[in-house]
Amino acid sequence: MRISLFITCFNDTLFPQTGRAVVQLLERLGQVVEFPEAQTCCGQMHYNTGYQREAIPLVRRFVDVFSGAEAVVAPSASCVGMIRELFPKVAELAGDPVLAQRVAALTPHVYELSELLVYKLGLEDVGAYYPHRVTYHPTCHSLRGLKVGDAPLRLLRAVRGIDLVELPAADECCGFGGTFSIKNADTSIAMLGDKMRHVLDTGAEICTAGDNSCLMHINGGLSRVRTGVRTVHLAEILASTEEYAGQRLG
Amino acid sequence: MSVSLRNQRLPMFQQEARKALGDTQLRHNLGKATQTIRNKRNRVVAEVPDWEQLREAARQTKVRVERHLDAYLLQLEEAVVQAGGKVYWARDAIEANAIITSLVRMHNAYEVVKIKSMVTDEIGLNDALAQAGIQAHETDLAEMIVQLADDNPSHIVVPAIHKNRAQIAELFRASLHDIDGTKLSDDPRTLVMAAREHLRTIFLRAKVAISGVNFGVAETGSIGIVESEGNGRMCLTLPEVLISVMGIEKIVPTWRDIEVFLQLLPRSATGERMNPYNSFWTGVQKGDGPQEFHLVLLDNGRTNVLADPIGRQALHCIRCGACLNVCPVYERVGGHAYSSVYPGPIGAILTPQLLGIENASSLPYASTLCGACYETCPVKINIPEVLLHLRGQVVRAKQQNMLHRDTDPENLAMQAALYIFEDPQRLALVQKLARIGQIPFTHNGVISQLPGPLGGWSSARNLQSVPKQSFREWWHAREQEKKHDGTATR
Repeated sequence: MRISLFITCFNDTLFPQTGRAVVQLLERLGQVVEFPEAQTCCGQMHYNTGYQREAIPLVRRFVDVFSGAEAVVAPSASCVGMIRELFPKVAELAGDPVLAQRVAALTPHVYELSELLVYKLGLEDVGAYYPHRVTYHPTCHSLRGLKVGDAPLRLLRAVRGIDLVELPAADECCGFGGTFSIKNADTSIAMLGDKMRHVLDTGAEICTAGDNSCLMHINGGLSRVRTGVRTVHLAEILASTEEYAGQRLG
Repeated sequence: MSVSLRNQRLPMFQQEARKALGDTQLRHNLGKATQTIRNKRNRVVAEVPDWEQLREAARQTKVRVERHLDAYLLQLEEAVVQAGGKVYWARDAIEANAIITSLVRMHNAYEVVKIKSMVTDEIGLNDALAQAGIQAHETDLAEMIVQLADDNPSHIVVPAIHKNRAQIAELFRASLHDIDGTKLSDDPRTLVMAAREHLRTIFLRAKVAISGVNFGVAETGSIGIVESEGNGRMCLTLPEVLISVMGIEKIVPTWRDIEVFLQLLPRSATGERMNPYNSFWTGVQKGDGPQEFHLVLLDNGRTNVLADPIGRQALHCIRCGACLNVCPVYERVGGHAYSSVYPGPIGAILTPQLLGIENASSLPYASTLCGACYETCPVKINIPEVLLHLRGQVVRAKQQNMLHRDTDPENLAMQAALYIFEDPQRLALVQKLARIGQIPFTHNGVISQLPGPLGGWSSARNLQSVPKQSFREWWHAREQEKKHDGTATR
């Protein structure tokens, strides 16, 4: 299958290793990966902060860049949520029925990484090896937005060498919430405190998730208080093999 | 804290939340109480095999009500009058309070007993009555606690959720003068019996009772109240006069519809299969219960909400409070931080609509959009959808004010971000510039102090620095290398 990678602006800039892991993983699985270089951002930050008209040109760009793709994958549940749930609203706001049609044609082909692997490609064992104690945080957008179910856990359970431990109160929000983390920093940090406590309770070395935005927030706290626990995107775990263990991907 | 007056600007949520977050006793009380109610709710909801169908049935009933509200209200009025009640229409809080005050005065009463009601908090009734020399006695235990403490409720169903029993015992010892304080421990039963003794004399004395309304059945004119303590039943049966205040959205079309809501409401609100007291009455029965019944139908901004196709679903709310109990923000800051009669996720979408978006502009942002509220809501109000809709209104209002638009740092940042994202080459350039710009803030690859409004992030969180190579640069280099290899082999 030819798979177009929507890296997301956030990963492109701050977490390129996640993008490299997606490419490596999909190519190892025999897929052809394309990266349309005209892509930028899905407009989620604008839309969710209330700058909804400002999201219109970004949605148009996305649709121009990715229309006609066999499959589009993004290593971010919240960006895929934006595309699937909110692009139709943006098209409506733009008052543009053609855009609405193009959105409707495109969105069924857009997948979050674990959805693509488990539901589209029918895989659980992707041949990964990752000898670390790991706990998985289901992000709100993957859990309650996209409803990816246990797809990420099925992928993780099949990883060789992994010591996967359950996160207590896993389905509770970590407190990131996009610009909430800055506009309501105090509340965001109070929520993070509890998430960190649960992560530490597992004794895990690594906390993983399908979204680097939540992980950046969780890692920000874990790193500030020198917990010795770090966060790693799901894609990087799944891309790891005996030859390319963990951080050597960087 | 009444939301009765439009053009009354609420304090900013961020600042109020900050104060609340520092109160360790509050954090402990809230965490424990919301967890307990959540667990109870989950247990009894799991018992209902058709829970999802019930939610959908309730949602559809509410949609039908909002679509034909004008007709249902007239039908209700006619049925209530037919059964011997009187009906009043109040445009806003001021009108409603005037109607109620004059009714109480007409009976030469100087005190009233009250059943816990959100709507009378919304119109600030107790203050209005006090100004007219009428004392309102809250008879719900938690409302009584809040009233004795001269405090405000902090939850829709559990108004004193922010207080624990030790704090309540202290309050009773200080303020229940008809009770022997030396006998008061913090044992819940002892406290309840003290409240009971205190309230019993008031119940027997009061001539007028005031209630809210859970359900108004258009078909029959029946009014319903559900409660757990029996104080409501006392108010609805002992006094001579009963005045009920009903938000116009509380209509259900037919008696049959009640079956759906009586399964959803108690399970969602208190984790009970059924409320201990379910009172329904139709007009006046000669020689039985109050001999006068007055129903005040209240708009107070509701028709404005009804005019908004996305926002109007907030009027479907049956005031169960389930969204508060699952909200990670509410659990940490409590109800007072919202500065609104309706706190939590439902308050964040209802209050800005009732009050005007410009008066509660921080409330739509008091959420991470985690979606737990939507998942739990027994009438399927898509709270995140309405939050986003209202955020759009906040920004539009801000942008229409030209002065603001050019100096607001958030607006400037968003416009700049849009400019960057409109062109991939611009994005690539900014990625390069960020690597240089971050140098003064970066130590060992970590940024631990950010400037300006971003300082909120770094107050407790590190940020890793922007890496040397963006993904698009890596991809580009790889493609070049592939091409080069291809040429070399050829």
